[in-house]
Amino acid sequence: MKLPIYMDNHSTTPCDPRVLEAMLPYFTEKFGNAASRNHSFGWEAEEAVDQARKQIARLIHADPKELVFTSGATESDNLALKGVVEMYREKGDHIITSSTEHRAVIDTAKALEKKGVNVTFLPVDKTGMVNPDDVRQAITDKTILISIMLANNEIGTINPIKEIGKIAKEKGVLFHCDATQGVGKIPVDVQEMGIDLMSFTAHKIYGPKGVGALYVRRKAPRVRLVPLIDGGGHERGMRSGTLPVPLIVGFGKACELCEQEMAVESERIRRMRDRLQEGIMSALEEVYLNGHPTERLPGNLNLSFAFVEGEALLMGVKEIALSSGSACTSATLEPSYVLRALGVGSDLAHSSIRFGLGRFNTEEEVEYTINRIVQAVEHLREMSPLYEMAKEGIDLKSVQWAAH
Amino acid sequence: MAYSDKVIDHYNNPRNVGSFRKDEEGVGTGIVGAPECGDVMKLQIKVENDTIVDAKFKTFGCGSAIASSSLATEWLKGKTLEEASKIKNTDIVQELNLPPVKIHCSVLAEDAIKAALNDYKKKTEATKQDKEQPATTSS
Repeated sequence: MKLPIYMDNHSTTPCDPRVLEAMLPYFTEKFGNAASRNHSFGWEAEEAVDQARKQIARLIHADPKELVFTSGATESDNLALKGVVEMYREKGDHIITSSTEHRAVIDTAKALEKKGVNVTFLPVDKTGMVNPDDVRQAITDKTILISIMLANNEIGTINPIKEIGKIAKEKGVLFHCDATQGVGKIPVDVQEMGIDLMSFTAHKIYGPKGVGALYVRRKAPRVRLVPLIDGGGHERGMRSGTLPVPLIVGFGKACELCEQEMAVESERIRRMRDRLQEGIMSALEEVYLNGHPTERLPGNLNLSFAFVEGEALLMGVKEIALSSGSACTSATLEPSYVLRALGVGSDLAHSSIRFGLGRFNTEEEVEYTINRIVQAVEHLREMSPLYEMAKEGIDLKSVQWAAH
Repeated sequence: MAYSDKVIDHYNNPRNVGSFRKDEEGVGTGIVGAPECGDVMKLQIKVENDTIVDAKFKTFGCGSAIASSSLATEWLKGKTLEEASKIKNTDIVQELNLPPVKIHCSVLAEDAIKAALNDYKKKTEATKQDKEQPATTSS
């Protein structure tokens, strides 16, 4: 087993060697511009892009023509929200989203709010799920867009997208889904789910960083967008700029691999994740699962270790790459807004760790991680005044803390 | 974020972790911070003849918070109360090479020192009064 161990696959994933191999020729000998219509270099590049479009479209059950390439999911989210709002401004000025969306959606919605758009941020239940009835009730005759994520990046909770899509159809409101964490990990079907716009990206599915896509429905309804970037009119005019052919080829290959291997791979990852959860929770008391117990991404595990601060815990296992919901490094000292939206107390939000298992993790790494986490938590609880007080039977909630 | 070697050393080998009984004679206890803010420090001193003969801590917080309080206990030992009250958070920042985002950890450690000193003073004044006025013991 090699150290350090990478277990932060929600953040990004390594490029699969098969993906890299597919990309390499497009940096050097096949370097053409896919928009060059007058010579073989251009045709070759265009062909490669078309092939990638097919591979990507197949994974999400879309038509290849419905994909708009972007620089990544953040740009896709921006294009979806801002592009729709600007295009359909005459129809209405209200959009609906949720409080646990990625910052790329929340901050975009807030930017639109400043420009006079009304935004409803729906709450989530304690597992992090959006209630479709809340979506239905929030819709007014001014609503032009619903934007709800497929799976959450911190807690992995999977939203009832199909039901929300149905409501959107019924009410004639466009439905955008940020599926960045879900595509390639769980089955996604834009037809069945009733999705009109969908953001996703290559680097979360073992492809390269720097390329993403926005699915934009062409039929029933035909979705139109005002572009963020003007120029040569690439991507049906919705996103100008020379296509990064090598990245797109890699994105295509990554999607093809996911399509072929998802069923087996997800099961393997889920088993490792369950073992990780069971191994840690059976060895330590007062460990809490954040997120939905079952409706969750197979590689996701988000735990709060009471009486221990998350960043200190990460420091104790620094040969394992993990992520913390604690915000001790941020200027605001505010812990994860996602966990807060679930109703997790600030104390337990500061104590949270996200494990993100992926394609290249092994069972041996999982066992190693269990041991190291248990060790580190015990070490920190030994020096935690909160643990000591809890052991003495003091109710920590009843203490008058001097907040700072 | 990369931690300095000194922070890592205090984290791996914290000095003087533990507790004195709060009601023990000569013990001053300071508890500062709040769980909601992500750090709580408990710092205790044991005083004989105006000199701190022992110190202990327990901290819930990030590595820098643990290191700040661990360092504080090291510095407190052997100091007079007067000397102890002069320890500044900036001394801790310098010794541990804390980056700007971690300065609040050193502030908390200074607060903990002050709280422990105050607690000790209050306790000794209370016992003095008790001795002078044995009739009103439980005030």
